[in-house]
Amino acid sequence: MADNSLRFTSHHIVPVKTYTLVFIALLVLLALTVLAARIEHGVLNLVVGLSIAVTKAALIVLYFMHLRYNSFVVRMVAMAGVLWLAILITITMADYLTRS
Amino acid sequence: MSTANTHVAHHYDDAEQQFDAARLGMWIFLATEVMFFGGMFTGYTTCRFMYPAAFAEGSSHMQLLAGTLNTAVLLLSSLTMALAVRSVQVNRPAVAVRLLMVTLVLGFVFLGIKGYEYATKFAEHHVPGAAFSLGEAHNPAVNPQHVELFFAFYFLLTGFHALHMLIGVTIVAIVAVQTWRGQFSSAYFTPLEITGLYWHFVDIVWVFLFPLLYLIH
Amino acid sequence: MSTAELPKRHYLNANYNVWSWLLTTDHKRIAILYMISLTFFFFVGGVAAILFRLELMTPQGDLVISETYNRLFTLHGVVMVFFFLIPSIPAVLGNFLLPMMIGARDLAFPKLNLLSWYLFMAGGLLAIAAIIGGGVDTGWTFYTPYSTTYANSQVMAMALGIFVAGFSSILTGLNFIVTTHTMRAPGMTWFRMPLFVWGQYATSIIFVLGTPVLAITLALIALERGLGIGIFDPRLGGDPLLFQHLFWFYSHPAVYIMVLPTMAVISEIVPCFARKRIFGYRFVAFSSVAIAVLSFLVWGHHMFVSGQSLYAGLVFSFFSMLVAVPSAIKVFNWTATLYKGSISLDTPMLYALGFIGLFTIGGLTGVFLATTAIDVHVHDTYFIVAHFHYIMVGGAVMGYLGGIHFWWPKMTGRMYPEMWGRVSAVIIFIGFNLTFFPQFILGYLGMPRRYHVYAEEFQVLNVMSSAGASILGFGYLIPLVYLLWSLKYGRIAGPNPWGAKGLEWMTPSPPPTFNFDETPIVTEEAYAYPPLSDEPLPDDFLSDVPVADEQREPLRS
Repeated sequence: MADNSLRFTSHHIVPVKTYTLVFIALLVLLALTVLAARIEHGVLNLVVGLSIAVTKAALIVLYFMHLRYNSFVVRMVAMAGVLWLAILITITMADYLTRS
Repeated sequence: MSTANTHVAHHYDDAEQQFDAARLGMWIFLATEVMFFGGMFTGYTTCRFMYPAAFAEGSSHMQLLAGTLNTAVLLLSSLTMALAVRSVQVNRPAVAVRLLMVTLVLGFVFLGIKGYEYATKFAEHHVPGAAFSLGEAHNPAVNPQHVELFFAFYFLLTGFHALHMLIGVTIVAIVAVQTWRGQFSSAYFTPLEITGLYWHFVDIVWVFLFPLLYLIH
Repeated sequence: MSTAELPKRHYLNANYNVWSWLLTTDHKRIAILYMISLTFFFFVGGVAAILFRLELMTPQGDLVISETYNRLFTLHGVVMVFFFLIPSIPAVLGNFLLPMMIGARDLAFPKLNLLSWYLFMAGGLLAIAAIIGGGVDTGWTFYTPYSTTYANSQVMAMALGIFVAGFSSILTGLNFIVTTHTMRAPGMTWFRMPLFVWGQYATSIIFVLGTPVLAITLALIALERGLGIGIFDPRLGGDPLLFQHLFWFYSHPAVYIMVLPTMAVISEIVPCFARKRIFGYRFVAFSSVAIAVLSFLVWGHHMFVSGQSLYAGLVFSFFSMLVAVPSAIKVFNWTATLYKGSISLDTPMLYALGFIGLFTIGGLTGVFLATTAIDVHVHDTYFIVAHFHYIMVGGAVMGYLGGIHFWWPKMTGRMYPEMWGRVSAVIIFIGFNLTFFPQFILGYLGMPRRYHVYAEEFQVLNVMSSAGASILGFGYLIPLVYLLWSLKYGRIAGPNPWGAKGLEWMTPSPPPTFNFDETPIVTEEAYAYPPLSDEPLPDDFLSDVPVADEQREPLRS
């Protein structure tokens, strides 16, 4: 059951190498997002910019914040935050996008 | 029940339970923070949807170099924070103290660059309010009032972010002292761990602010 | 009770000095602090209501001028919503009972719990300061651009007060969720938890995910008013509707913050006084969570006539009707629990039955209002006022009072006078209906809300409503008197005066500081009332397997 999975890998130790690789990936993504923004491709700019930001955030959450090694409940909480933000923005925009 | 028991409050059964509770509590708090910034992001989204050209104009007045540098600074500080937690996990508190000091310095570097950017914005009259003036517009077709709205969001979002950074450096300073005093070890490092979570979260907020404010076409 | 004596040492007499209360981390004492503060705010809001109901006795504005009237109804709304209803059941009964019901010694973060109370009081003081400084005339909804541009009142102080009190809600919700996950006693699995805990858990989800949006929205109002940043100001390109979206994203779920804990209380009272297991435990439990989630998808039904897109209106209309489903599931389950039960009409049960009826009326009129065509007709009329008072007063306040009576013996160790309890419950029920039912008719006939003068033909119904309000106000005073009386003169209750199920009834009344002398082991489901018979219940029917502290294996998540 989901229950007992909260007491888990509380002392999971991530190797220094993993942290370093994640950091390098983050810097590469940063360079990528700055470069991509220099090229004009309309609405795709926003899509690319946000996709890279989401990827960076995911790396930080999964490795630096240990979500990958965390329990089901903690993962649910993290998901809930993202999902509720999506509800707020999506439904609000549903109004703005369909106004005549 | 081992030595870690000295840190266990009366209403918990053991250290593990206390640790689980503290971590879950921090994650829930971060979910509330997502929604707190989420309200501003929603406002940003609707206004950008209404005035895309004005937002692009406003973004073109940002100092891209400062923003990029600040992103790199924060990413690096997240790395040092994560390594600091790891050092305590493997019982090397002296290393952790040094890493926390680096994190702290990086936090101040970020705030310094941010302060420099704010000063420039004041000098250029890009602060919303009575004294606002766009100056030379790259795109003469935009309504300066709508660009002012962009700057309103710029100051709102980065202002609340900077406030979180200030709180962050304060807490990091506190846990650095606690680590230096030898209060943490692999058996007990809950305050350090949840400080790390908070610090990474503030970093993530910036990861989204950067493209949304500095990189609009 | 054979030994009519209070336990020698309990949480109330553990310490006597003022600091032992003001610096307490005992969840039970914090609950009492909340109860006292909330009672104060309830009567502040109540006095405002009495004043404007008096004004509405006549069609002319003869008691107060319109500016004062606006400030009165705003005061009533703000105080009742943010400083009474939202914290009411979670902060008082939830704080007191949640740890006990899951067999814990305290909440997960006792100091945070105390901080919540201080934040609540700080917010409350700011609100009171705003009221004394001249009051606010925007209505409790602070609609822009009126609140940010034109309102000549203490909007900033009031917004700040609600902002601060909001963090009290957030911390309470956070505490409840973590406690439910990590502090359950051995054997207390999720599906053995009392439905009260499920209800508080669902409420906490809304606290945690909704309140921050209200906080930032009110901060934006204050910033907009102070600095004129223009986000909600159409003159500067901003959008007032954006404010409404953000405000209702929290403030609609806030209605469920009021009613979910109430439903949680009802789910405890009904099985106890029907002497039956709750019908469909899992449905009641999951419907709480379903309501919490769905409540976030419906906010736009407050904006059908504000200029929101027609298509968005349709979507919100659909979702709003959907929320009625889990709410109805609960009503059906309580009714089915009553069926062939051995029902006794003690005071808590009177409130519970009153709740079921009034909530059904309030809920069904909510379905009318979710229908866009009807909403356009009755929007901003007294129909709306009647509808949400059936939910908030007929629902939430009834549940709060029912819960207070049900657990009063647990909280104080003494019984309230049963006869007075029943009489006041009936008076409140009659007063409530006389106050608010005429308002349905008034609204349907077209009387708009928030005006202090009205057309002559509405007077009869308004007089009825005001007469009802005075009965209702009187009804609320009676429990205040006899509950205080019972603190000294009430009959000693003993641990379980109702013969109810649940861990909180296994410990003495009032409970010791750490709730249980020995951590309880849970071996059976909630509401395990024996098959109906005339046999009295044994005193210790839950605690037949006491296990020593070292032997037990903690089980939690």
